[in-house]
Amino acid sequence: MDLSSYLILAAIVFTIGVAGIILNHKNIIIILMSVELILLAVNLNLVAFSTFKGDLTGQAFALFILTVAAAEAAIGLAILVAYYRNRGSIAVEDINSLKG
Amino acid sequence: MAEAVLFWIFSTILVGSAIAVIMARNPVHSVLFLILAFVCAAGLFLIMGAEFLAMILVVVYVGAVAVLFLFVVMMLDVDFARMKQGFVEYLPQGLLIAFVVGAELVYVVSGWSASPKAAAAATPSGTLSNTAALGQVLYTRYFYFFQAAGMILLTAMIGAIVITLQHKAGVKRQDIGAQVGRTREAAVELRKVPSRVGL
Repeated sequence: MDLSSYLILAAIVFTIGVAGIILNHKNIIIILMSVELILLAVNLNLVAFSTFKGDLTGQAFALFILTVAAAEAAIGLAILVAYYRNRGSIAVEDINSLKG
Repeated sequence: MAEAVLFWIFSTILVGSAIAVIMARNPVHSVLFLILAFVCAAGLFLIMGAEFLAMILVVVYVGAVAVLFLFVVMMLDVDFARMKQGFVEYLPQGLLIAFVVGAELVYVVSGWSASPKAAAAATPSGTLSNTAALGQVLYTRYFYFFQAAGMILLTAMIGAIVITLQHKAGVKRQDIGAQVGRTREAAVELRKVPSRVGL
């Protein structure tokens, strides 16, 4: 398989992730999962370029993105748990305490 | 030939499970489809020859992140049917934005070309395995980035613990300062007890 088929696959997954954020705008857990899908698409792009261009830099940076994505998921879910404990709900439209 | 067949199998399952992640009614199903998507992406990484990243994807994402999602979805007792409201009324906008983003990305993919001034490849020469070659790049050229990644993980760990830690009122805890600060005068009282009278 050539490079552009991997790039188009990553573009499709990225698009699905963006659509998931908009369609599930009330469910913050699905939004976090869509963000993970978007990061996965970025990783696919980096690894595809790294392989087909013969440069390991892409794989090194894919590893860093993996690190950041894991940290993001852990912090996001911790905030979610703390918020649920305080308010008894994680609906996105209820998170408007700071609205004037 | 086998590579192309595997690519089509993995990419079809990846796209299908990604769609199922955002469409599923039950968030538990969403998490399970997310795991399937990550496993297929790991298969694609293997086809491309990035074995180390494929294994890391399985270990970190399937083993840690997805299980964390599953844990939180099952721990929080949330009315997910209410959250599904508005899915249909936002479908046109969502599809429109997805179409625009996807069209832009496909336009970029079909039109890009590498710069002739691109930097020299950072690939170690010789017949190294993927993991060893990645280590040679990671521990030399990107060593500070590697350290920063470690600091990010440490920060995330401490942050997650601090956010979710709660001290319940009324639970007896050991107060080492108070223990060490006790003096004989504060703790012991000597009394003269008269015989056959008591206190």
